[in-house]
Amino acid sequence: MNIKNVIQVKNLTKKFGDFTAVNKISFEVKQGEIFGFLGANGAGKTTAMKMLIGISKPTSGEAQVADFNVYTNPEDIKKNIGYMSQKFALYDDLTVKENITFFGGIYGLPKAIIKEKSEVLINELNLQEVANELVGSLPLGWKQKIAFSVALLHNPKVVFLDEPTGGVDPITRRQFWEMIYKTAHNGTTVFVTTHYMDEAEYCDRVSIMVDGKIEALDTPKKLKEQFKAENMNDVFLKLARG
Amino acid sequence: MSIKLENISKSFKKVTAVKNVSFEVKEGEIFGLIGPDGAGKTTLFRILTTLLIADEGTASVTGFDVVKDYKKIRNSVGYMPGKFSLYQDLTVEENLTFFATIFGATIEENYDLIKEIYVQIEPFKNRRAGDLSGGMKQKLALSCALIHKPTVLFLDEPTTGVDAVSRKEFWEILKNLQQKGITILVSTPYMDEAALCDRIALIQDGKILEIDTPQQIVKHYPKKIYNVKANNMYSLILNLNEYKFNHSVYPFGEFVHYTDKRDDFNPADLQQYLKNNGLKNVFIQQTKTTIEDTFMELAK
Repeated sequence: MNIKNVIQVKNLTKKFGDFTAVNKISFEVKQGEIFGFLGANGAGKTTAMKMLIGISKPTSGEAQVADFNVYTNPEDIKKNIGYMSQKFALYDDLTVKENITFFGGIYGLPKAIIKEKSEVLINELNLQEVANELVGSLPLGWKQKIAFSVALLHNPKVVFLDEPTGGVDPITRRQFWEMIYKTAHNGTTVFVTTHYMDEAEYCDRVSIMVDGKIEALDTPKKLKEQFKAENMNDVFLKLARG
Repeated sequence: MSIKLENISKSFKKVTAVKNVSFEVKEGEIFGLIGPDGAGKTTLFRILTTLLIADEGTASVTGFDVVKDYKKIRNSVGYMPGKFSLYQDLTVEENLTFFATIFGATIEENYDLIKEIYVQIEPFKNRRAGDLSGGMKQKLALSCALIHKPTVLFLDEPTTGVDAVSRKEFWEILKNLQQKGITILVSTPYMDEAALCDRIALIQDGKILEIDTPQQIVKHYPKKIYNVKANNMYSLILNLNEYKFNHSVYPFGEFVHYTDKRDDFNPADLQQYLKNNGLKNVFIQQTKTTIEDTFMELAK
């Protein structure tokens, strides 16, 4: 069985003047894989991700995301990926339904499809009673679940999640991870950047960036064996503290 | 008692932020408020630091009432709010001098207390606070909260948004401050930090779920927890959710944490059930209870 690579990165580099933020990183992510992209503050995670989602041009190296080249087809990449972050996800002063309609429109979905998807989403998340309430009035955990579903509206090949469950209560967090497993099971690749090591434990494979380079890449289980560590937090501390 | 709350309640319009909260923090203790965003942690901090008045209940800090003696409390406590609240357009050194001056102190007289932290940001003392990295901002904010030598330190989510290495260093700093006799009330949404406190209060939706030492809280958990794993995580979760004897099913890193309703639960039965439903490489093993397991059981 040959599973396709949805993300292919080779020697990807980004320099700002004399400073090399991302230094020749290489990796592949398969279809349906949950890939954790870890690193300390300032290690280069955000810079690397900006290149992958087509909003920052690399200095050198190659990258293909959802079959498109980051240099030549960044707009096609944006159409074929979903994105959600802790800092920005939904508009607080629009209702749940309005947010869905808005983002569906941004991704160019026909009105009939948006209406249909909106109903499915609201039913699946049990949001019937709050569908016409402002998103700003909802608990954080609900917002995060809606934001994730909205990021999937246009059936992207890969969805990028930036610290998706920070601050969310533990039960809602589990429900969120169940949604991620389901998404991956249905064939969408999930790319998670985080510096919370317990989020890393859920991923199929994780990479750890230190000072612009990928210093480790494997399954959480193998990394723990390799570094003789009890959990991913210890793995990370051993790598980043040297 | 260094900090004492009795039946504190506070509402904002329709929203009840905290409801009937009581707890005590002993002198020299590191006490953790552990709960997710929206649990009421920040409201409690604001009440205890005299920035907000409770609707009901009483509270005192170092023996002073938070309403009547608010000026005395302000002189004797340090507060590091969750949101970065220093002056972004003042330099590192100017911020520190400013906070020392308004408390009638000088950097020199209390330098010993902040030395360990401040030496790490001293090379950048002429940089504006707004241009610092997250980890450095956090260290500057702690230095400013300490420069008047407070007896009680309030830290509202000091490690949120900070990477694992800086988090570890930060907790080492807190342990050292504790050695110097400072009482610390610290909040965090991260359950793994709970184990680093002397005692913790688990809090959700404005209510305290439980207060005890981290070791005791875990012991109160009523069930045996099993790590379960199989070849397909999503299918495993679905099948466990369908299993009629399940008490709880929570994804937990590479495993699912499973508890069973029956007292005489035999893992072999579950193994067989999962096999019958097409799962392969099924692995079941009893595991240790974590604070997070306890939190979920109480919050259910």
